[in-house]
Amino acid sequence: MLLLALDTATPAVTVALHDGTDVIASSSQVDARRHGELLLPAVDRVLAEAGLKLDAVTGIVVGIGPGPYTGLRVGLMTADTFGLALGVPVYGVCTLDGLAYAADIEKGPFVVATDARRKEVYWAKYADSRTRLTDPAVARPADIADQVAGLPAVGAGALLYPDTFPSAHEPEHVSAAAMAALAAERLAAGEELPAPRPLYLRRPDAQVPKNYKVVTPK
Amino acid sequence: MADEPLVLGIETSCDETGVGIVRGNTLLADAVASSVDEHARFGGVVPEVASRAHLEAMVPTIDRALKEAGVSARDLDGIAVTAGPGLAGALLVGVSAAKAYAYALGKPLYGVNHLASHICVDQLEHGALPEPTMALLVSGGHSSLLLSSDITSDVRPMGATIDDAAGEAFDKIARVLNLGFPGGPVIDRYAREGDPSAIAFPRGLTGPRDPAYDFSFSGLKTAVARWIEAKRAAGEEVPVRDVAASFQEAVVDVLTRKAVRACKDEGVDHLMIGGGVAANSRLRALADERCEAAGIRLRVPRPKLCTDNGAMVAALGAEMVARNRPASSWDLPADSSLPVTEPHVPGHDHVHEVSKENLYS
Ligand SMILES: [Zn+2]
Repeated sequence: MLLLALDTATPAVTVALHDGTDVIASSSQVDARRHGELLLPAVDRVLAEAGLKLDAVTGIVVGIGPGPYTGLRVGLMTADTFGLALGVPVYGVCTLDGLAYAADIEKGPFVVATDARRKEVYWAKYADSRTRLTDPAVARPADIADQVAGLPAVGAGALLYPDTFPSAHEPEHVSAAAMAALAAERLAAGEELPAPRPLYLRRPDAQVPKNYKVVTPK
Repeated sequence: MADEPLVLGIETSCDETGVGIVRGNTLLADAVASSVDEHARFGGVVPEVASRAHLEAMVPTIDRALKEAGVSARDLDGIAVTAGPGLAGALLVGVSAAKAYAYALGKPLYGVNHLASHICVDQLEHGALPEPTMALLVSGGHSSLLLSSDITSDVRPMGATIDDAAGEAFDKIARVLNLGFPGGPVIDRYAREGDPSAIAFPRGLTGPRDPAYDFSFSGLKTAVARWIEAKRAAGEEVPVRDVAASFQEAVVDVLTRKAVRACKDEGVDHLMIGGGVAANSRLRALADERCEAAGIRLRVPRPKLCTDNGAMVAALGAEMVARNRPASSWDLPADSSLPVTEPHVPGHDHVHEVSKENLYS
C-alpha cells in the first residue's frame, strides 16, 4: 500500500506519503492564499524525498473539508484528477477528523474547530481522536458556547476565539501525515471512507459581482 | 498529420467546464459542461456556483473528451489550461486539474491566455492563422480589438471597452425587457422580427475625437433602459422586437465599423471574430457585408467554437508545442487579470524572450 494524502481545507498546504505502516515523507506549508501554487510542487518534493514516482501510489487520500472553498477545491480537484490519470481509488477524509487524529487525545470529549472566516468556525465534537460525536457544522463561536463549555479544543478556529474556547491548544492545522495514518488505519480495519466530495456546509453567496467577467486590460 | 501535436485543453474561466482535444489544427473533441442554468435566476454568473460546478464536472468532462477523440491520455503531447483572465476561483479549479493531469501523465503543462485562445480556435475551422491577424473578441466578459503577428508570443491590444462588455449590455437589456438570461440569443431572436432603424440609439465613442478602436456600451445600455421605462411610464406597450433590433444594430454597427477601420489602418486584410457574441446573426451578417466592401477576408468560427470551450485552449496549446514554447512550471498560478499581451505563462527556469518592439506601428 502506498497512499498519497493531501489537504488544502485549512491555511496549511499539506502532503504526505504513507506505506500502510508509517509516514515515509511529508511536507506542510502555511499560506492561506497560495494553495494552488504550492500543492503540486509539494507533491513533487515529497515523492522525490521518498525516491518514488507518482505511479507507485495505490490510493489518494484527500481532505474533504469543511474549509474555505477556494482552497478546499484545489486539493479535491488535484486528488480527483490524480485518481483519473492513475486509475487508483480516491478516499475522502473529513478534515476535522484529521485534526482530531493529529491531536492524539485518548480520552475526550474534546472539540475540533477550524477558521471558517466571517467570524465563524467549522467544528465537531469528539469522544477521542478516532471517534466523532457530532456532524461537522459551521457556527458563530458565541452560538455554540454552551455546547463546548468546559471542553478542551484544538485547531485554529479554537485558538482564534479564546472567549468560547479558553482551553484551546495545538495542533493549529491539520497535517496530511495524520490524515494518511487515519485513512490507512480505517482501510486496514475494512472501514469505508467517505467519497472525495467537498463539505461546503454553506450555500454559495448568490451575488453577481458588478463586472462578473473580466474585461481586457486597457 | 500523426506527428502534429496532440493536446488536451481545459477551460474554466467562467461558467463553462470545457475540455477539448486537438491534433495540430484538427479538432478531435470538444466536450463542454455548462452551469448556465444554475446562474439564470441570478441574472449573471455567480462565481461560487460556477466554481462548484467546475469541480463536479471536470473528471466526467475529461473522460467524455477522450472518448469522443478516441485517443489515449498516454498519447497526449501536452496539457493546456486557461491560466487567465477570468474568475479567480473558477480558473483555479481548471489549473489544479490540468497540473495534476499533466504531472500524473508525465506531460508538459501550458498555462495559456483565454483571449489568445479565442483567436487561435479559428485554426481549427479555417486552418493556420494569417500573420498578422486582426481579431475582434466580443462576449459577456470581453470586447476588444487585438492584433497578433504570432499567437504564441505577440498579441497587441488595439482597443477595448472602457466600461461594459458587449455581452453584458445584451444581458442587461434582456433583463429590462424581461427576456431572461443570457441575453444574447434571445435578443438576436426577437431582433430578427424587428426594425433595426425603428429607434435611433446612440453609437458610443464614434465621435471624431473619440479613441478610434475603443468601445463603450454603458451609455447605450442606459439610453435603451430609459427609452423602455419612458414607454412604460406613459402606459404604452414596449415594442420588444423593434427595441431588440435597434439596440442590437447599435452594438454591431460600432463593433464592425471599428474592426474594419482597424484592419484598414493597419493594412491587415484578415479579420477574425470570436467570443460568445460572435454567434449573433446580425453581427455576422453586417461584418460580412462590411468586410466584403473593404476587401477584407472575414473568418468567424462556428458558434460552438466562439463561446468558451476547451478546444480553443487545446488549439493554442498545440501551437505552443509546435513552436517549441517553454512549458509552464508546477507552481503556475491562476491569474484573474492575466494581461492579453501574455499569450502564455512560461516557467521561470526558461526565460522567454519576446520582442517588445512593435512590429506594426
Ligand atoms: Zn471567453
